[in-house]
Amino acid sequence: MKKRFLKPTEDPLWLRLFLGAVAIAFIAILLLLPLALVFKEAFANGIGAFWIAIKEPDTLASVRLSLIAAGIAVPLNMVFGIAAAWCITKYDFPGKTFLVTLIDLPFSVSPVVAGLIYVLVFGAQGWFGRSLADNNIHILFAVPGIVLATIFVTFPFVARELIPLMADQGCDEEEAAATLGATGLQTFLRVTLPNIKWGLLYGVLLCNARALGEFGAVSVVSGHIRGVTNTMPLHVQLLYDNYDYPGAFTVAALLAMLALLTLALKSLLEWRYADELAAAHRH
Amino acid sequence: MSLTVDSVAKKFGRFPALNGASFVAPQGGFVSLLGPSGSGKTTLLRILGGLEFADSGSVRFVDLNWLDMPARTRNAGFVFQQYALFKHMTVADNIAFGLKVRPRNRRPSSADIHKRVTELLDLVQLSGLEARYPSQLSGGQRQRVALARALAIEPRMLLLDEPFGALDAKVRKELRTDLRRIHDHAGVTTVFVTHDQEEAFAVADLVAVMKDGRIEQYGAPADVRRNPTTAFVSEFLSA
Repeated sequence: MKKRFLKPTEDPLWLRLFLGAVAIAFIAILLLLPLALVFKEAFANGIGAFWIAIKEPDTLASVRLSLIAAGIAVPLNMVFGIAAAWCITKYDFPGKTFLVTLIDLPFSVSPVVAGLIYVLVFGAQGWFGRSLADNNIHILFAVPGIVLATIFVTFPFVARELIPLMADQGCDEEEAAATLGATGLQTFLRVTLPNIKWGLLYGVLLCNARALGEFGAVSVVSGHIRGVTNTMPLHVQLLYDNYDYPGAFTVAALLAMLALLTLALKSLLEWRYADELAAAHRH
Repeated sequence: MSLTVDSVAKKFGRFPALNGASFVAPQGGFVSLLGPSGSGKTTLLRILGGLEFADSGSVRFVDLNWLDMPARTRNAGFVFQQYALFKHMTVADNIAFGLKVRPRNRRPSSADIHKRVTELLDLVQLSGLEARYPSQLSGGQRQRVALARALAIEPRMLLLDEPFGALDAKVRKELRTDLRRIHDHAGVTTVFVTHDQEEAFAVADLVAVMKDGRIEQYGAPADVRRNPTTAFVSEFLSA
């Protein structure tokens, strides 16, 4: 029998099987099993019970609040992310590295600390607490606080996605557009935006997923008022703590569905526009 | 009625890129800026295009105070070494870009734009490729598109920054000949940056040999070649 040699980059069969098994076991135990359990528990009493649990007014209110928070935070962070990435990649100025570090701050700071910052600033004993109370403006334990906390934790997603992309693309096309007579706005809309649209979309999808799922920072500023300041993740905890397991799993399943939808959308876009994505990476 | 560059200086941080460069070119002339890397030729060209700003000095073109105008209003076609084509646009859209972004009162009708694009494609010998994307073209074809795009705006001045630097020798020669033909046809004042002396002498009416941010010698190719006035020029030309 002819002896079969291994390629330099090929590992023995037992090792490949072993590594494959480890990877699959990890994914199964840590990712798939919990996800499956969430859906199993949510639909334990049938789809009818699932609908009834969703139609519960407090649950509906939490869904609405989460969508409002994400609906405000994501567009704002999109604008901010584009502006930050634009100014970091197209201009040179002192303190640029510091600005990049600042943008990353929400990633490195614990969300609980982020929430506490807002308590310190807007709380009754905080800097603006007195003047806000005098003017009857409610930020903490109200929707504005939740929106602010969500903005804070989702701050870096769009900028982080765009900075490497725009740095890699340089300013050549913008310069060409300027010499051809385009105004700044025309250059942005016709040249820059089409070049960054995929990165922007990724950033927005990730930002949206995090905005809907954020727990820590929002938990600190929310006050957990049922039906008023409870977002979906907070509502899951509240129901769970009250031994309402079917209700908790129903909302959890809803959150998981939103996450899966985001992933599906991302994969769909990648698959549908694979050619265009590849073309954009070529020079 | 000419291009007058007078003592233009520019520093990047503490590094002086231009130390008072001056030359005069007739309207419709073809000038080559020739020199080794770091001699300031690209910086001078980018200042002429409005992509960099001079620290001091002046440029007059026809009756215009050239340096006071933003790049957008100079109407100077710029061709980059790395093409800088709009990746997400077809060849036709690339060429039409400068016409489409004009204010409404000066914008040609779409039929006129289409006609102009067709003419330009013909001029740069790319007829039939209008629907391609830049990534589907060879380097030489991309640079032809870039040239057509710069010519589409009916430029007052044509600026080329080592346009053939990334291409192989045969394509360079073809493009060089075509560039000269296009220049003679359009009669537009042209400034051409290169480090390749053969290219500079072959294509231009006037050659400015640059060193350390200054123009060492300026004149017709034959004169510069016959009588190098400094040791640097004679050494550079014999290299």
